[in-house]
Amino acid sequence: MSRKSEKNSFVKELPQNMFAGFVVSLIALPLGLGLAIASEAPPLAGIIAAVTGGIVVSIFGGSNVTIAGPGNGLVIVLLGAITILGSGDLYQGYLYTLAAIIFSGVLLFLFGILRMGAMSEFFPATALQGMLAAIGIGILAKQFHLMLGVRSINGGTIDQIFAIPNTFIGFLKAYPFAGVLGFLSLIFLFLYSSIRNPYFHLVPAPMWVVVASIGISYYYSLVLNQDPPINKDLLINIPSNITSNFPRPQFDKIFDIRFIGVVFSITLIAVIESLLSIKAVDKLDPKKRRSNINKDLRALGLASIISGFLGGLNVVTVIARSSVNANNGGTNRSSNFFHSAFLILFVLLLGKQIQMIPLPCLAAILVFTGYKLASPKNLYRIYKIGPEQALIFIVTLISTLLTNLITGIAVGITFTFLTHLFLSKKILIFTLNILKPNVLMYLEDQTGNYYVSVKNFCSFLNFYRLKKKLDQIPETEHAIVDFSLCDFVDHTVMEGLHDYQRSFERKRGTFEIIGLDIHASETDHPFSVRKNLPIDALVGLRNALTNRQKELEALGKQLNWIYSSEIDGNPRGLSKFLFFESKIINYDVNKLRNSKNSFRVFDLSYSEGAFITKADVRATFLLFKSPTSLPVFVLDREDIITSIYNWAGFSDINFKDSPDFSRRFHLSGNDDNAIRKLFSPELIYFFESHPVFHIESNGSHVLIKGKDRLSSIQEIKLILSFAEDLYALLINSGK
Amino acid sequence: MAFKPFKTILFGFAFSPSLKANVFEVNRLAAYFNSSLIFVHVGEKTEKKENTFQKLNKECPLKAEKVKIHWVQGEPVRTLIKVCKEFRVDLLLLGALKREKIVTFYLGSIARKLTRKAPCSVLLMLNPSVERHPCKHIVVNGFDSPQTEDTVEASFYVGKALKSQKITLVEEISESRIAVSIDDDKSLKKATLKKEKINIEEKTRVSDLIKKIPVKQLESIKWATQSIFGRRGYSIGHYARVVRADLLVMNAQEESTFLNRFFPKDLEHILAELPTDVLIIQTESNE
Repeated sequence: MSRKSEKNSFVKELPQNMFAGFVVSLIALPLGLGLAIASEAPPLAGIIAAVTGGIVVSIFGGSNVTIAGPGNGLVIVLLGAITILGSGDLYQGYLYTLAAIIFSGVLLFLFGILRMGAMSEFFPATALQGMLAAIGIGILAKQFHLMLGVRSINGGTIDQIFAIPNTFIGFLKAYPFAGVLGFLSLIFLFLYSSIRNPYFHLVPAPMWVVVASIGISYYYSLVLNQDPPINKDLLINIPSNITSNFPRPQFDKIFDIRFIGVVFSITLIAVIESLLSIKAVDKLDPKKRRSNINKDLRALGLASIISGFLGGLNVVTVIARSSVNANNGGTNRSSNFFHSAFLILFVLLLGKQIQMIPLPCLAAILVFTGYKLASPKNLYRIYKIGPEQALIFIVTLISTLLTNLITGIAVGITFTFLTHLFLSKKILIFTLNILKPNVLMYLEDQTGNYYVSVKNFCSFLNFYRLKKKLDQIPETEHAIVDFSLCDFVDHTVMEGLHDYQRSFERKRGTFEIIGLDIHASETDHPFSVRKNLPIDALVGLRNALTNRQKELEALGKQLNWIYSSEIDGNPRGLSKFLFFESKIINYDVNKLRNSKNSFRVFDLSYSEGAFITKADVRATFLLFKSPTSLPVFVLDREDIITSIYNWAGFSDINFKDSPDFSRRFHLSGNDDNAIRKLFSPELIYFFESHPVFHIESNGSHVLIKGKDRLSSIQEIKLILSFAEDLYALLINSGK
Repeated sequence: MAFKPFKTILFGFAFSPSLKANVFEVNRLAAYFNSSLIFVHVGEKTEKKENTFQKLNKECPLKAEKVKIHWVQGEPVRTLIKVCKEFRVDLLLLGALKREKIVTFYLGSIARKLTRKAPCSVLLMLNPSVERHPCKHIVVNGFDSPQTEDTVEASFYVGKALKSQKITLVEEISESRIAVSIDDDKSLKKATLKKEKINIEEKTRVSDLIKKIPVKQLESIKWATQSIFGRRGYSIGHYARVVRADLLVMNAQEESTFLNRFFPKDLEHILAELPTDVLIIQTESNE
């Protein structure tokens, strides 16, 4: 793309990025306040971090749809820092911690300069998960009490966990109103993703909690004319003159060993959280770009330095907010900037309302965040990969809880390595080869494929070598990774490769892994580590058919179509549709297809958002091969959401002669003329007279989506006949 | 051309379980190259030893025309090198050892020293066998070095003698030559283009090398080139293993210094983990 057209599209996409930035600011406000409170810092510290993060990273960053701000993972480190460095005086500790944040910003900046973006690859995936779960438990254990209105629980995470039952039994007596409010907020957060109403989902769940709690306060003060029954302690307190009174970081303790420890912990977690988030968000980027992680690290470091001087927490790339951004149409870094701008507006204009937010509600948001980090589902998923992985997870989790993050992750790394030794029973392949190069990559002259061969062993210890080579392959090409000379491949590598597979698939390249089946037949070694992918654990798992599946089977027989109930972890050809651009496809199941394979009905599981905003959706789709070539278009019901999109810069193609159609349907695509030509009066009448589905064409295939849930057999039949009629019409239009 | 055919081949033997395979293999090679063969044993000469050896030598189905056996005493490395010089040996044959449990081959300390110090070309054999194991595919280095010309010619000479079908010239290109670090899509595109350009340059250079080889050597052997961006000396060994080459032909190290033992260069990676039979070509100018 030339520079000029880049600039053009930037300007053109500005409104939609402003919209995305707005939605992000809705979730960033409660999270920023909550994360700061959870760290025992002044509430605005979180907002300051989000604002500086958004501005600095949007200008100097190297990623595209990420959002920067205060991170979840850092809560525990910062909390520890503030308590330890202040020796009891929290505000003093906060001032020392600001200095530590500035130093860690400098370190982060240096990491970026020294191109150490690959650092996160040295951590085994499962140990990282264990550490994150420990952070989650830490957040949950502390915030659970606050959620129920209890402020005064001291002691470490373990003590706090054991105090939970007591608090739970006693809260109704002591703090009924605040406690119930917090508890209801938590229940709401858990239910939010199962309410599939698109209007409702325009506002992120944490914002609903905040808005509702402010509404209740207003109800008390305006309707009942009395103060809301919440203790002043449990409300947010913002100093009246925010602009003139910035706290000053104190550098007195910089040679204290504890201070240095804090700097390293903050940096470590900041790097890990940012890199994991950037990697995950790249998969949601609608334009499928590759982020420049080193540039991003530099920007994050700079932002942390500035934020520290202004009294804010440190700045990392955050996954939940970034995914909200991608889901709401964010396409470039300007949305990050707008999110900051809106936050400033909120704080300046709504300062009074913000002070009405009860802390238990914010605590509920954090409990939910902590739960998502430490969810038992994660452990179960990891157990499916292999029992030894579950053991690594638990060992890291417990050692992190009992000691601190750095020791915890160190134990995790050591334990993972010992597990590998035990599994492979060959110390030699590790000790002899750890320092040697083990990856060969070349472009095969005859075929034009990139061939990558890995020798000896490949685990978290040397994955960076393989990654370095793989990063050199454009994702639009055909890559073959051969492990036949490799004796041991660990779970970290397999998961990393799975990520590559996805990004190649997204950019329509091919990424093949070969040579792993040889081992199983050659040796008896339990290389469970090498072959298990999360989805694999599901594939091949077949239970007795459910009623719906039986009906589908019967429908298949009736139509003479082929039915299969197996789970397919790698559905092909779907990532080409716009609908999936910022969604992650998990698997498809219950496939029903005709004998020519030109029509296919299937249930698809896909994820929108990530982390606390993540929602897994299962819906029924129909895909057919168009009889003629089509322009790329998306057709959906026109409603408030599409109107907002319209306003935000997504264009809608309207037809003068068919006002009814234009009013009811939102039609968009890149080739205006071709679409106008295709939508003949006949076709328009067809759409007007039939139920409305979400319909997309990618040029060769047409995708029809039913409801935001699985369709019943009746609904499937309806979609089928609809598709058949549409197919017939398309044949005619081709003539 | 400085490369000369292998007229005299030397094999230092020991009484190990693989002696039979070694003797058979070595005789066969000498016959293919039409060269005279010198067996050297460093150690005491006893009647029993001599009888065993002679018996084995007679059993060989394919024998070298002229075979000499020398029994010498002394420190093995120095003695063998002395013998090499004395008889103006062109090719020194050495057997490699197999590492237990892990399927990798390496050189014993004596063989390693000999490889470094030998005044002539050296062939390291992994799997000497009683039956002939055909040499179908030869991989040869195409480094940008003055020695490479001879090495490439030698590989065609060997290929013809052993009736190989295919020779692949591998140009290892240091990644520092791309000089673009890949961070995002833009730099990736830039690096890919740069690579393509270097690739074409290297291909022209290597094809020019082949043009210098006499036509009669070239006949009936297919050749191809492959460029690899990666650590020099490492990639070619890994490549030879991947394509299951039967012989890898390399330039001799320019000079073995104290330093490059700690910072392995070209050959050292290969010697540490032999991918297949390795032939190291020593050119006269380098002696």
